[in-house]
Amino acid sequence: MAKTQEFKATERIEAPQGGPGRGAMGGGMVGQKAMEFVPSGKRLAARLRPDRGKAVLVVLLGVVSVALMSVGPRILGHATDIVFNGFIGKQIPPGTPESEWPQAVQGMDVVPGQGVDFDAVAHVLMIVLAIYVGASVLGWLQGFILNTVVQNTVRTLRQDVEDKINRLPLGYFDRSPRGELLSRVTNDIDNVSTTLQQTMSQLLTSVMTVFAVLAMMFWISPLLALVALVTVPMSLLVTAQIMKRSQGQFVAQWRRTGALNAHVEESFSGHALVKVFGRQEEVEAKFAEENDELAKVSFGAQFVSGLIMPSMMFIGNLNYVLVAVIGALRVANGQLSLGEVQAFIQYSRQFTQPLTQIASMVNLLQSGVASAERVFELLDADEEPVDATGAAAPGRRGEVAFEHVSFRYDEDRPLITDLSLVARPGQTVAIVGPTGSGKTTLVNLVMRFYDIDAGRITLDGVDITAMPRAALRSQVGMVLQDTWLFAGTIRDNIAYGRPGATEDEILAAARATFVDRFVHSLPDGYDSLIDEEGSNLSAGERQLITIARAFLTDPALLILDEATSSVDTRTELLLQHAMAALRTDRTSFVIAHRLSTIRDADLILVMEEGAIVEQGTHEELLAASGAYARLYQSQFTAAAVGEEV
Amino acid sequence: MLTQLLRERLAPYKTWIALVVLFQFLGVVAMLYLPSLNADIIDRGIATGDTGYILRTGAEMLAISFGQIICSVLAVWFGARTAMSFGQDVRISLFRRVGTFSAREVQQFGAPSLITRSTNDVQQVQMLVLMACTIAVQSPIMMVGGVIMALREDRGLGWIVVVAVPALFLCVGFVVSRMVPSFRVMQARIDEVNRVLREQISGIRVVRAFVREPHEAQRFGKANDDLTAVAISAGRWMATMFPLVMLVLNVSSVAVIWFGGHRIDDGEMMPGAMTAFLSYLMQILMSVMMATFMLIQIPRAAVCGDRIAEVLGTTTSVEPPADPVAPDPALRGHLALEQVTFAYPGAEEPVLCDVSFEARPGQVVAVIGSTGAGKTTLVNLVPRLFDATSGVVRVAGQDVRDLDPDVLWAQLGLVPQKAYLFSGTVRSNLQHGKPDATDEEMWAALEVAQGRDFVEALPEALDAPVAQGGTNFSGGQRQRLAIARALIRKPAIYLFDDSFSALDLATDARLRAALRPETVDATVVIVAQRVTTIKDADLILVLEDGRVVGRGTHHELLADCATYQEIVTSQMSAEEAA
Repeated sequence: MAKTQEFKATERIEAPQGGPGRGAMGGGMVGQKAMEFVPSGKRLAARLRPDRGKAVLVVLLGVVSVALMSVGPRILGHATDIVFNGFIGKQIPPGTPESEWPQAVQGMDVVPGQGVDFDAVAHVLMIVLAIYVGASVLGWLQGFILNTVVQNTVRTLRQDVEDKINRLPLGYFDRSPRGELLSRVTNDIDNVSTTLQQTMSQLLTSVMTVFAVLAMMFWISPLLALVALVTVPMSLLVTAQIMKRSQGQFVAQWRRTGALNAHVEESFSGHALVKVFGRQEEVEAKFAEENDELAKVSFGAQFVSGLIMPSMMFIGNLNYVLVAVIGALRVANGQLSLGEVQAFIQYSRQFTQPLTQIASMVNLLQSGVASAERVFELLDADEEPVDATGAAAPGRRGEVAFEHVSFRYDEDRPLITDLSLVARPGQTVAIVGPTGSGKTTLVNLVMRFYDIDAGRITLDGVDITAMPRAALRSQVGMVLQDTWLFAGTIRDNIAYGRPGATEDEILAAARATFVDRFVHSLPDGYDSLIDEEGSNLSAGERQLITIARAFLTDPALLILDEATSSVDTRTELLLQHAMAALRTDRTSFVIAHRLSTIRDADLILVMEEGAIVEQGTHEELLAASGAYARLYQSQFTAAAVGEEV
Repeated sequence: MLTQLLRERLAPYKTWIALVVLFQFLGVVAMLYLPSLNADIIDRGIATGDTGYILRTGAEMLAISFGQIICSVLAVWFGARTAMSFGQDVRISLFRRVGTFSAREVQQFGAPSLITRSTNDVQQVQMLVLMACTIAVQSPIMMVGGVIMALREDRGLGWIVVVAVPALFLCVGFVVSRMVPSFRVMQARIDEVNRVLREQISGIRVVRAFVREPHEAQRFGKANDDLTAVAISAGRWMATMFPLVMLVLNVSSVAVIWFGGHRIDDGEMMPGAMTAFLSYLMQILMSVMMATFMLIQIPRAAVCGDRIAEVLGTTTSVEPPADPVAPDPALRGHLALEQVTFAYPGAEEPVLCDVSFEARPGQVVAVIGSTGAGKTTLVNLVPRLFDATSGVVRVAGQDVRDLDPDVLWAQLGLVPQKAYLFSGTVRSNLQHGKPDATDEEMWAALEVAQGRDFVEALPEALDAPVAQGGTNFSGGQRQRLAIARALIRKPAIYLFDDSFSALDLATDARLRAALRPETVDATVVIVAQRVTTIKDADLILVLEDGRVVGRGTHHELLADCATYQEIVTSQMSAEEAA
């Protein structure tokens, strides 16, 4: 994160990525605000609300299950008592008066001379068994329902993010670093999901167990309960202290991991360069350094956080010893029964375990809420203005007019000021000019990827802001330099723009755009799968598919933004013929840096710094000996170079 | 694969692991001893009312608890040390290994996959080692110790252990065996959801231009539903786990009381022993449960381990020579390809077939041809990013395979097709070309590369930050910086792989003009698509489908090479070409 912010200054100066529409950056980077655990945590909890009924049921089931689970040892203690009494009773000769019993057992329910009352034991044990089975069944039910609630919540969260993506203005995507945004919608949501799954059921059970067990302990012996209670603040204190230290170590660990990742990514992406420039040693040395640092801090993080368990165990043992000693003393004094001490010991074990669990979950919860917050930030981002409900002009002519249009990506830097132009139906309008002169911005504005600041743009006389975006865009076919294809078959990718297209129509489009040629050399033809990075097709082939895709939509307005830059010039020539056919009867905007491709345009606009500095046909502009003529000369005659430099 | 990786990579840490085992052992012994002492308190202290005994035993228990925490802390220390050092070692091994790879191996794995393998995958295996050092070591000791102690308390109840432990194993094993496949499917579906999102975000312009938002939403909805369905079923098994384990545990404790009661009644057992037995049984079952939880982690770590081992087991197809020869100083800058053929292993058609040419310092050799004609492959053979399948590539008179790679690379200035910059500053990127370059040299190189103006315009000039890959610069600027980086080396041979494509034509022309005096003593190989870029070359090779279909100067080729004529006419009209 720090890195991307550092680069902001440069991004303002130069278009990042160099991709289409990636004009100057706007100011509002996604801010790094301080974490607000409580509000975000509440908001996350609030997302469980649609399943409120189920949530209440989960809590009820949990309460009953935990209560049963907690009563168990207490009743089991009765069985131990009966056994113990029988054991003592057997040792005392029948008929001995109570006053002659050993002091420790005086006052106990002992019948001299009589052994263990197994009927009573069996009776108690049956009850205990029933309770345990009941507790397990209820606990299982609770987990079952809770699981559904959590999964549905996460699913809704994902769906909300998806819907949000479709409502965000394009500027948001251009502004946020792509890796960062992707991380929000994937890693962070995953993290929220994992956190909810792992903590919700355990947290609920653990908290309830602590209270239930505490209640049971007070019931048996308030004194022992107080002893046990002493361990609570102690556990909390120790855990808090350890976590405070480990938190810093964890932060350092993730920071170091990030740094190492960045270095690895860079070294591997530039693998050939590292080698050829003989940088392998330096790169390795830097890696070793980062790696050492990472190992050091992650050891710290793991060691310090690894102390939680032993410490809690120690406190638990301390508690165990205290309870055993004090309990034993009280039994010896006749103030408690052995079964009660035994039950109590079991309780005190049950008591420290959920405490440890809660402690270890706090960490997880913190990270989960941090992720949730990042997702919420995305959900709270400003959306595109509400779509107009007006209709597009009937019929299709494809006349586009810019009237005194002004636009800027960045408040401080005007890009297009007071630009006017008219593209008549059927005309081919070419836009030329240096990088950063605003060519692609014009496309962004026509498509309403960005909305203009002043003036208006009309399509067939209708203001484009007065019609729904979908209505506008469905009249436009666009081919970009960035050859985005989705993972699927070639056929599906061509048909992307027109889902209902027939096989014949797809084939016709493929033939017209020379896709057919190379598809035949692929083993699976049109059913060949394009992988995610499209690495099984050359850049030129990918571009041809995007052209076929636009061809198939049969739009009124065609936009070709450096559409043939990855295609070799002979194929391009063939394509030109195809596109010439495609262009008849529709308006086209062509952005190109190879001037040969636009020589036949009806209108050539020469842009510099957001303004149109020249316009006319090829011949007119050459005759004018202006910017276009210079560009053209430099491209075609080496002699021109000498004059210019 | 995973076991082998662990065995090899953990070998240096045998001592530490032994210490982990030792301290875990002592810790567990201490832990197991506590219930036994507790039993003594009950049986001897309470029964006899001996308060002193109770207190003495209590103090002893306290001392043992203290000893236990010390052992545990030491075990955690050595465990964490082992795991982290293991991760560190594996990471550096991977990184070094990838460093030896040729472009072919990198291509074969894919850079993103190599990145995941050397970071996330190592992390996964490292966590497994860490868990192993705690849980996997602890739980068997605890289990065996628990069994011994329990039997020591009372042999007659031993059969309960014999029944309860396998029962728990079965229950947990059953649930885990159901859960693991679900988790595997779930991981695949998470990947799918993420893939859809990634595609939507990277293709947002196309999605919106073609008004396919509803379609995308539907696609996402399906992926989301699929994921939720499997997550729910995996979660159900997870929810089953805990109550089931508790049930086994509790039923066992009931059994202990019932049968223990009988033994006590028969005088074969003391009541305290029964309480202790109960504690031990709980500990045994807990250790079984923990061990099984660890089993869940293994499938994922195994996949990661395999992926790591795969990289470590791959050797480079471009081995440096065992006995390198020195380049011939008299032939500095000489480059020759002699009947070079290159084919990817298993491919039917060679990418390059029987290509020969020779270039001397001061000469410019240009390579032109359609996309996929083999131009980039040709350039990559010179720095041995690939090795020719047959034929010889000679630099300075020697077969490149006989030269020390560092010596070979020192003579080359490569500007790749994709102008990749490293994160850092403009200065640090230029230093990649020449580590000790002065500011004057940098500005001079930038001047020639037509990069001076825009670098000067940056507020920090040479110290302006560069993002990874150079994404904060436009494509044209990146190319110019990459060219400057090669220029500053003053190499004997320049390799420009379609390096002017992102420049507008005026800049391209100026750059080539400025380049000429800089490269009079060097050999220049230019790959290009634009005829204008290569018109003045001393030798132009026209490649088609990996074969040289024309060679000569621009005018010669115009006269007799049909392919070249086609290329030219596709770019300029006949009278302009002439």
